Amino acid sequence: MIRRGLVDDRIGMKYGAGGRAMRALIEQVCLAGLGHGPGRDPAEGIGLAAMDDGAAIRVGDRWLVMTTDSHVVHPIFFPGGDIGRLAVCGTVNDLAMMGATEVTGLTCAIIIEEGFLRTDLERVYASIAAACREAHATIVTGDTKVMGHGEIDGLVINTAGVALCDRVVPDSGLRPGDAIIVTGTIGDHGMAIMAARHALALEGDLRSDVAPLNGMIRAALAAGGDGIVAMKDPTRGGLSSTLHEMAAKGRVGILLEELAVPVRVEVRGASDLLGIDPLVVANEGKAVIGVRADRADAVLAAVRAHPLGRDAAIVGRCLDQHAGAIILDTGFGRRMLAEPEGEPLPRIC
Amino acid sequence: MASPDQDRAFRELKFRDPVRARAMVDALARVTADLGRAPVSVMHVCGSHEQAIAKFGLRSTFPRALNVIMGPGCPVCITDTPEVDEGVALARQGVHIATYGDMVRVPGTAMSLADAQAEGAKIHIIYSASQAVELAEQVKEPVVFFATGFETTAVATAAVILKGVPDNLSILSAHKYIPPVMEIVAEMPETKVEGFLAAGHAATITGWGVFEPFVERHRLPVVVAGFEPLDILAGLVKLVELVRDRTPKVVNMYPRCVTKEGNRPAQEQLWKVFCPTGGRWRGIAHVPNGNLRLRDEYAHLDARRRFTIDLTSLWDCAPPALTQSCICGDIMAGISTPTDCALFGKECVPEKPVGACMVSSEGACKIWHQYGGHPDLRGIA
Repeated sequence: MIRRGLVDDRIGMKYGAGGRAMRALIEQVCLAGLGHGPGRDPAEGIGLAAMDDGAAIRVGDRWLVMTTDSHVVHPIFFPGGDIGRLAVCGTVNDLAMMGATEVTGLTCAIIIEEGFLRTDLERVYASIAAACREAHATIVTGDTKVMGHGEIDGLVINTAGVALCDRVVPDSGLRPGDAIIVTGTIGDHGMAIMAARHALALEGDLRSDVAPLNGMIRAALAAGGDGIVAMKDPTRGGLSSTLHEMAAKGRVGILLEELAVPVRVEVRGASDLLGIDPLVVANEGKAVIGVRADRADAVLAAVRAHPLGRDAAIVGRCLDQHAGAIILDTGFGRRMLAEPEGEPLPRIC
Repeated sequence: MASPDQDRAFRELKFRDPVRARAMVDALARVTADLGRAPVSVMHVCGSHEQAIAKFGLRSTFPRALNVIMGPGCPVCITDTPEVDEGVALARQGVHIATYGDMVRVPGTAMSLADAQAEGAKIHIIYSASQAVELAEQVKEPVVFFATGFETTAVATAAVILKGVPDNLSILSAHKYIPPVMEIVAEMPETKVEGFLAAGHAATITGWGVFEPFVERHRLPVVVAGFEPLDILAGLVKLVELVRDRTPKVVNMYPRCVTKEGNRPAQEQLWKVFCPTGGRWRGIAHVPNGNLRLRDEYAHLDARRRFTIDLTSLWDCAPPALTQSCICGDIMAGISTPTDCALFGKECVPEKPVGACMVSSEGACKIWHQYGGHPDLRGIA
């Protein structure tokens, strides 16, 4: 349901923030004329209209999963990672969220602003190579462009990925009773970026969680099998946006236990200070896994056994009422969790 | 990830212990049931209380028989349209206007300060009264500090004035004083308020003793409460107890910050610079002694005396049609709730507010919008 307000003549920043405004733009403009093909029924494949993390196309008796992602980030180097690591992990994770954890190949297209430092570019590529090694992925083709000073801002990287798998996990599979697992602490990436971007002298160690998740997801799928019914990585818009999307597509409500959501004490402190809810802050190394209740403990144990999933927790369950809505149990009471519309802004600037 | 110990310490430090909260929720249900009638209406008069109630989902724990009304507690929201108009008119006359962030977007009769800024007026957002002084020192041209807020921020304005301000700075006071408006609301037949939850931070200045004459006159209890979930729940339990026992008095449930006398030096500064005067609060009424104006000794700083404020300049600008159907006034009087408004969440959203309550982070509409409206969630197992 897209409301009237989201039809501005010019595309503002909120249309790229992963929330309601971005979904409205995609539905109103990008899907018009392109949203045919597979999409509504996961059995026949997943296409553009599904607005999932990627596409799944039948090839013989297997699924070919494809995804693409463009990456821009300020600053290019940030605590815990950089744009190169982000570009690899973003695409590897989108494949993994579809159930495709063995990456067949990645592409990497890069647009460089005139005047960009060669040493910085070398650093970015070293980071791309390191992330590929972690993910057991290979970049098999690429493209390089340079644009004039001021025509783009520093560096833009697009990566695409393909992978084969036997079972596709859509983001629409939630049913009442399913458990929701979050694979670790929430808000680390976005809060680290915000602190670096606004040069906030915050105490403690705010570091991005950017990491390739395919190894951990492989372990989860091995433990959960068909019991894993929906997955999504809570990037832009954070856990709130991701859960709203999964709840709307699965036509369930989700009861989210706020005190069960793992949040590092540094992130909680920064979010209190800035007036930003960690639930709307981006993550780059976490997954939300929807799992049938009877498989939840097995999946949780498998995720926790992986180094990237040590802080994983069951944070909620799906309801047969309030479809599309997230009900937040704060530990003190309950309220609806509003879906973020645009970028969260620190109230200090 | 914090250790469980750290985590617990963090919450207890901030009065955020869910176990104790549940005990208080039970207590609130018990004392409300003791009354044996419904609804029982109490009112808080502070935007920060509504923020905390919404953020922590406390409303879902209140007994159905207890109606906790949000009163005129948002300083931005109750700043009246003619006061905004004065700021806008001055800005359009070419004067620099310095004011707090939320005020910039509050609609006046014809436009907001932000609209005036889009037309070229010089509007500056400041975060403290002393920044108005810094601004005046920098720009050298006439600067008007459009000073809004309750006694808590009025004290800061007073302190800055007492320290001495540059010749080119004047003050357009829209400061308000909370205790008199409680009298007005207490007498409103529509609200049927049986007790008040008073704002802890304002009481740190005024002291809780300031409410004693009110209790005497109206025979209604007042409980001073803080802003953590446990503060609010404990305050409500005490308030309903006082209603039940028919013992109208002032009880201070925020003793870690509030004393009976309050902050004497701050009060002295406040009343040295300001005196109470009658004035309209947006949506409420004319409130005798509800506004704070500069004393005659500071007339030379008073923008209303220093400038000829030409409100007729705004007459050519048609008021936006949507504002006709805005019910902010009823919402602030506690008669209606945001979801009663046809514009709420549709034409009126935080990015494009029609009414003042959607502008301020302490406004009822903004809070309800931010925290997902106000459905009844008491039935979910």
